[in-house]
Amino acid sequence: MTDFHVLIAVGAILFALGLLCVMTRRNAISVLMGVELILNSAALNFVTFSHYTAGNLLGQGMAIFIIILAAAEAAVALAIFMNIYRTISTSEVDRADQLHG
Amino acid sequence: MIIELLTQIIFWAFVILTVGSAIVVVFSKRIIYSAFALLFTLFGVAGLYVFLAADFLAASQLLVYVGGILTLIIFGVFLTTKLHGMSIPEQTHQRYLAIIPVAGIIAILFYVFFSVDWFAHASAAEPTTKDLGKLLLTTYLVPFEVASVLLLAALIGAMRLARPREEDQDD
Repeated sequence: MTDFHVLIAVGAILFALGLLCVMTRRNAISVLMGVELILNSAALNFVTFSHYTAGNLLGQGMAIFIIILAAAEAAVALAIFMNIYRTISTSEVDRADQLHG
Repeated sequence: MIIELLTQIIFWAFVILTVGSAIVVVFSKRIIYSAFALLFTLFGVAGLYVFLAADFLAASQLLVYVGGILTLIIFGVFLTTKLHGMSIPEQTHQRYLAIIPVAGIIAILFYVFFSVDWFAHASAAEPTTKDLGKLLLTTYLVPFEVASVLLLAALIGAMRLARPREEDQDD
């Protein structure tokens, strides 16, 4: 087992944990944290394969775009959560089931 | 020899830090503990980027994730949790049902990872910032420009969404 296998295993474990977080959590911010874990696992896999098998920087470029998308997504998602909290006084994803609250 | 041993120890320390704090993120009862455990997960991933010879990426991971996104998340926790001096346990649902598909996915991923011969060999560790800059302005030029427009749109949209609505404001 080389460092390469350890790193892709870490990527897979982070993805599984993020998926579990998204599926089981009720609080919207916890769900967002699960999404961040999934994005990080994807970026780690991109960089690992780019370093170990391709030998170029294309995977690192993809990881930069993943970080950019995560930043934009976190800002907009938290703004939406603030609005939901102001409207229904909770941040549980199950309770936000009306289009016009 | 001693350098290699030390490198391996630090590498495994980052691996354990990343996975262990990610487990805390998922299974912690308090959402604020999850948020702070996410800090250590992101820091651990930044450390793993250093081992992958991605120095620029490690720095931007620290700046953007730990400095920006995590601060946003912690602010979000403080602003959307009722703080009346009592702790609010984080509720979960379908925990045992959710483990089945997640275990299936991780089993398939591990099977593929360890059964395929990946021809893996570490490429030389060189400074990447200059080459990444060239890459962003040649191969990735169109995604780069689209990303800048996306960030501008997200900035304006998030500000517009987070402000109180017109009828709610005091005159």
